[in-house]
Amino acid sequence: MIYNIKEQNFESPDDFYEVLVNAHDGLSDDESRRLNAKIILLLANAIGNKDLLEEIILTARKSFVEQ
Amino acid sequence: MKQANIQYEDVVIVGAGPVGLAAAAEFANHGIKSVVLEVSNSFSDGSKAICWSQRTLEILNRSGSAKKMLEKGVTWKQGRVYRGEREIFNFDLQAEPDFQMPAFINLQQYYFEEFLERHIGTMKFNDIRRSHEVVDVNPKTDSTVLLTVKTPKDEYKIETKYVIAADGVKSPLRNKLGLQLKGQKFEEKFLITDIRVKKSYPMERRFWFEPVFHHGQSALLHVQPDNILRIDLQLGPHADPEIESNPERVKNRIRKMLGEGVGFDIEWISVYTFSCRRMDKFTHGSIFFAGDSAHVVSPFGARGGNGGVQDVDNLSWKISAVLKGYAPKTLLNSYDRERIPAADENILNSARSTNFMTPKNKASEEFRDAVFLLSEEMPFARQLINSGRLSSPHFYKDSPLNSMDDPLFKSKGASPGELSIDTSVFKGEDAVWLLTELGTQFCLLIFVDEPLFFSNKIRHLRELACSWKPKIKIVFVSDQEIDSKNGALILSDKNNTCFKKWAAKPGSVYLIRPDQYIAARWKDSPPLKEINCALEKAMGN
Repeated sequence: MIYNIKEQNFESPDDFYEVLVNAHDGLSDDESRRLNAKIILLLANAIGNKDLLEEIILTARKSFVEQ
Repeated sequence: MKQANIQYEDVVIVGAGPVGLAAAAEFANHGIKSVVLEVSNSFSDGSKAICWSQRTLEILNRSGSAKKMLEKGVTWKQGRVYRGEREIFNFDLQAEPDFQMPAFINLQQYYFEEFLERHIGTMKFNDIRRSHEVVDVNPKTDSTVLLTVKTPKDEYKIETKYVIAADGVKSPLRNKLGLQLKGQKFEEKFLITDIRVKKSYPMERRFWFEPVFHHGQSALLHVQPDNILRIDLQLGPHADPEIESNPERVKNRIRKMLGEGVGFDIEWISVYTFSCRRMDKFTHGSIFFAGDSAHVVSPFGARGGNGGVQDVDNLSWKISAVLKGYAPKTLLNSYDRERIPAADENILNSARSTNFMTPKNKASEEFRDAVFLLSEEMPFARQLINSGRLSSPHFYKDSPLNSMDDPLFKSKGASPGELSIDTSVFKGEDAVWLLTELGTQFCLLIFVDEPLFFSNKIRHLRELACSWKPKIKIVFVSDQEIDSKNGALILSDKNNTCFKKWAAKPGSVYLIRPDQYIAARWKDSPPLKEINCALEKAMGN
């Protein structure tokens, strides 16, 4: 199966981004990091597929390890 | 009782900026006399609003005012977004152009006003009074307003049925009535300047996040006629407006941006803080607020001037219909119902753009950074980069004037509350634009083939339409050329674009408002009774 992680798949990108950023309102930096970790786990569970999750994580890591 | 020293008018427009003048042109176009009162005796100083959208041009084109603007304006549809020195992506606002009007033109506000005012001068109804200041506003009853007007020589009074308050963000009229704008103010300061350059630039919008020439901030470049560039530079929340408006300091910043070799002169400097605010209601008795007096947005997205022009596009046909006596006053309630959600959409989008440019905390900074990191390889991330979401016509989704959509369209084409879709069609041998043919009155757009056009059903409909009030224009679109010889306006869809864009088949009917928004539609041959009901609804009954 080929997954679409490159192309736009959001129903409404700006709505999503606003909700994501606003979720951090009033949190300390430390709390923000923990909030992000929770969000990632919830999203991962919603995705479920092991191969897809691996691909996403490797893609995200790329720009750090290449340099 | 009528008093000798009072002038009686139907419509008074306060303010001769782009919005007030657009209103005057619209009323003249509808055959309604209006008076424009403007405190200033000259056009705007500095170019101020510069980006005029496709919709604004379509509106002006209805009264014949767009031609001069298109000739002088800089037409553009391309945008480029950079981070540092790298271009992250570019966009094309009209990738498949099949519209009479371009996506945007850039034109200084003073030219916009001058061209529009001159054009209004050639129309049958025109009465623009400069150096006339409204010093007092007195809503007499719910049906008239008494204005006191001061001129350099004397003072006089006007009693008018309707007032359009298009007197700008500081709106003296709004203040006199004790009304306010409410909403969000941004701390961030922006330098906005126009410069005359001795070099030509490509006709596109360029936006930089974190440019090398302007450390850690953002920058915007627009090209205007006469070799003038509009430059917006983000200055941060702590910038001092007085220091930042110093011409030498501004010149320094621009030299860094354009490079040492480019000669330029400064035309106009302004240091802004943005706000996204609106009035709770735009309608107060017989006084209607339009444009910046009713709502303000930050400038990324060209939503200020264009939003205001669309306010009066919405309002003028309604007031005209009531004055002509074919629509009830309740039609005017739909102004707030339609334009407040439109203003909210503009406010939401411009606030989001401003928020993206000025991350409010560490988390939003980190997300923005992640978006940039991903954007080069991952097209999806480019969708999240927000350098301004450019103005597009609002979908009046919950308008009280809409009839229920016909589910057979499956939401394709233009639903009730959406704007008509322009496309090129043929009138005989001549290529024409559909929007122009729809005109400025209620219109039935009927899709036909030859057998349907010559059917009794259509003949019957045409006969009945003559007796309708208001007069309704009937426009046929046929899949092939029909030689009718019976006076009907038939457009042929030789390019096979119109049927497609409107998701139509022979028998489909659209009821279109004078502002070219869709009021109702039927996929297949509606009974006359249903068309009648939809028309009643669209007129506020």
